[in-house]
Amino acid sequence: MEKQTIQSDPYNLIITGVGGQGNVMASRVLGNMLSNNGYTVTIGETFGASQRGGSVMSHLRISLTDSYSPQIAKGRAHMVVALEPIEAIRVLAQYGNENVKVLCNTRPIHSVGVISGEQKYPSQEEIQTWVNDLSSQAWFINATDEAMSQMKNPIFGNIMLLGALAATNELPLSIDDFEAVISETMTPDKVQLNLAAYEKGGQMLTQATASVSG
Amino acid sequence: MNLIAKQEKDGRYLLMGNEAIARGALEAGVAVAAGYPGTPSSEIIENLARVTTERDLYVEWSTNEKVAMEVAAAGSFAELRSLCILKQNGVNVASDFFLHLAGSGTRGGMVIIPCEDPGALSSINEGDSRHFSRMLEVPLIEPGNFQEAKDMTKWAFELSETLRCPVMLRSVTRLSHASGNVVFGELPVTHHKARFQHDGFILDPDTGMISSAPVAYRHGLQQEKLQKAIELFETSPFNTYTGPENPELLVITSSACNLYTKEAIQLLDVGDRVGLLKLGTTWPLPPKLLGKYLATTDKILIVEEVIPFLEENVKILAAETAETIGIKKFYGKRDGSIPSVNELNPDLVITALANILELNYEGVAAAYTEKALPLAFLNAPVRDLTFCPGCPHRASFWNIRTVLKKDNREGFVCGDIGCYSLAMLPTGFSTTKTMHAMGSGTGIASGFGQLARFGMDQPVLSVCGDSTFFHAVMPALVNAVHHKSDITLIVLDNSGTAMTGFQPHPGLEVDAQGSEALKLDIQAICESMGATVQVTDPFDFKATQNALFEMLQIKSGVKVLVLKQSCALSPEKKHTRRFEMSVDSASCLGEDCGCNRLCTRIFRCPGLVWDKVNGISKIDDAICSGCGVCASICPVGAIEKREVA
Repeated sequence: MEKQTIQSDPYNLIITGVGGQGNVMASRVLGNMLSNNGYTVTIGETFGASQRGGSVMSHLRISLTDSYSPQIAKGRAHMVVALEPIEAIRVLAQYGNENVKVLCNTRPIHSVGVISGEQKYPSQEEIQTWVNDLSSQAWFINATDEAMSQMKNPIFGNIMLLGALAATNELPLSIDDFEAVISETMTPDKVQLNLAAYEKGGQMLTQATASVSG
Repeated sequence: MNLIAKQEKDGRYLLMGNEAIARGALEAGVAVAAGYPGTPSSEIIENLARVTTERDLYVEWSTNEKVAMEVAAAGSFAELRSLCILKQNGVNVASDFFLHLAGSGTRGGMVIIPCEDPGALSSINEGDSRHFSRMLEVPLIEPGNFQEAKDMTKWAFELSETLRCPVMLRSVTRLSHASGNVVFGELPVTHHKARFQHDGFILDPDTGMISSAPVAYRHGLQQEKLQKAIELFETSPFNTYTGPENPELLVITSSACNLYTKEAIQLLDVGDRVGLLKLGTTWPLPPKLLGKYLATTDKILIVEEVIPFLEENVKILAAETAETIGIKKFYGKRDGSIPSVNELNPDLVITALANILELNYEGVAAAYTEKALPLAFLNAPVRDLTFCPGCPHRASFWNIRTVLKKDNREGFVCGDIGCYSLAMLPTGFSTTKTMHAMGSGTGIASGFGQLARFGMDQPVLSVCGDSTFFHAVMPALVNAVHHKSDITLIVLDNSGTAMTGFQPHPGLEVDAQGSEALKLDIQAICESMGATVQVTDPFDFKATQNALFEMLQIKSGVKVLVLKQSCALSPEKKHTRRFEMSVDSASCLGEDCGCNRLCTRIFRCPGLVWDKVNGISKIDDAICSGCGVCASICPVGAIEKREVA
């Protein structure tokens, strides 16, 4: 069931994660899917620290009319997609509100401070409780581990999250839009792998939703 | 087909600001483009380099920004349209030539584009080059959105050709590295023909010799060009006004701040009280246009990044026309309405507007902040920047640190600009102790190396990357050799300009266009300069540490150690693992070892994690790049490497 319009104009979406996770790629693919559908899309990226373990964010502004600021105003996000769970909390504290929704990958990436034992990384249960408390609706899927075990490459976790995002029906996204965008730059065998990851993400979200409501 | 070279007129695409700039240059029929890689500018040259054949271009990554501007100027002198791309603070490097170029004037349209980094998102400065336009007396224009990034680039070439002088177009990270929808214009049919006319009358700018001398004459011409620029700017479509006829407050802005201000006005819902004058032409300012809008109100807010350049220039015009426009109350950086450092965003503009208009605004709701902020503050671990897993710099600085400890004379390293700038942080074991511009590490070391005469007995080291070596280290090294400075330069040669995306440099066999290039050998250059040179692999701890320790014991002259190992993200290494790594749980003694958890607490590669439950170290398979280096760290040999077949 595909929605034809956006729920707010502009619709503000943040993709957050850690440098090297493919944040920029995910935001570009999503942006192009929406742009091809006639939306005016603005993407703001912080990727100075992208390869070097820092927190990174892409801000997507989706509108029927105008380009918006590449930075979303504080407290004004409609949707947060977290490629890394604790980054969801960090972003919500700045851009969240009672109505925000969250799609969260559950695989943590430990900062060097955690690796060295100087800092503590919260448990998955704690993070889920907090994300639920800070959002009106949240979905959790273990995309990275699924990508590692099924596709032998953690980067497909991003594509699973895009498929999962589409399955939330919060935005007008379809797998055909996805295929059209990736076909521009990828070889046919890669396209097939990515389509499989996208579909898998949608299935994982449906299961996650079922387990919450069940 | 590369997106930016699509023929389709009126096509609408989601483009990065830098892609929009590159498209604008193609629509203008640019023939020569040169630059030096650096954030946030690199994608302009990269995109143009991909379409050299189909668009009949010459594109190069030059050795440094000054050379890039000289190369581009030659194109202009030969009647071609040319482009020079500069990273943030790149204008500084090119400014000596730029001053002379502004005086000599140009022929084919020449556009100079610095892309700057307010807030230093990926820099160690937030330099603002706009003052150069006033200082060197060249016109400055600034796009205020993505469409303008393309359109104004195209127009800049026409403007330069009309005025016969270089035009500076300034972008910032939030335009260059952001993306928005852009509608394409037509690509011209080009038949570039280069010819340098030089035998006309000596003072004829179009046929005679090209120089900024005789100064009085050429400087006069330059000022006439600026007067002409002002006339053109008075009616430029890139200066726009939206708002009521007589606003309570007039906001004057440019660049990305235009988008922040539009959003602030919308979120505060004050479109009927606030006027927005967005300037695309920011120096010299068009006085009639400014006078017209300044006269509409008593309160003016200027929103800009980073220094109060626009603010000061508007105030000069306001003072000159005070008799007709009246006395104004100004808000901006100088009165603190807008923060004087860091980049801006919609919220900072909202704060300024709300204060002036006496409004209340809540960004994140107080009740929400009350629960969210402590959660984030207490539980989200800070992500310190770190070298990537498998990064040769981690191994290099481990070796340097180990040797400096063994040497035990409080030796220190002068740092430089690149990924390895992170060596001032714990990820590089806090090894570098000075950090300034490109090439400055070796220049500063050259000075330190003369201070033994005043009793300084510490070994002096400097580091630089392979691209930086060619950019600005060579003159410093010549200076050190010539003056017999007692220093050791360590070249961290990872075979590419890695930090900005593996652009080629003179040490490689390929150029920006992918063509074969002559490779310059760093070792041979240093040897021919008269330095003592050794080359080792930083992953080989024993060889590297022995070589460096020996060098530090040589008492006079310049020593160079080239540490050669490609970047872990280089195309040939990425997604490949040389070793499968594992920790032998029986051998790792954890906290009881006495090593103080050397691998996870000190070496701190993100691929190595502390398994709290079992009290031992382990490899994180999703992160580890399989470089094998950590096997050399563990004192009990618990970290094992197995060559991948």
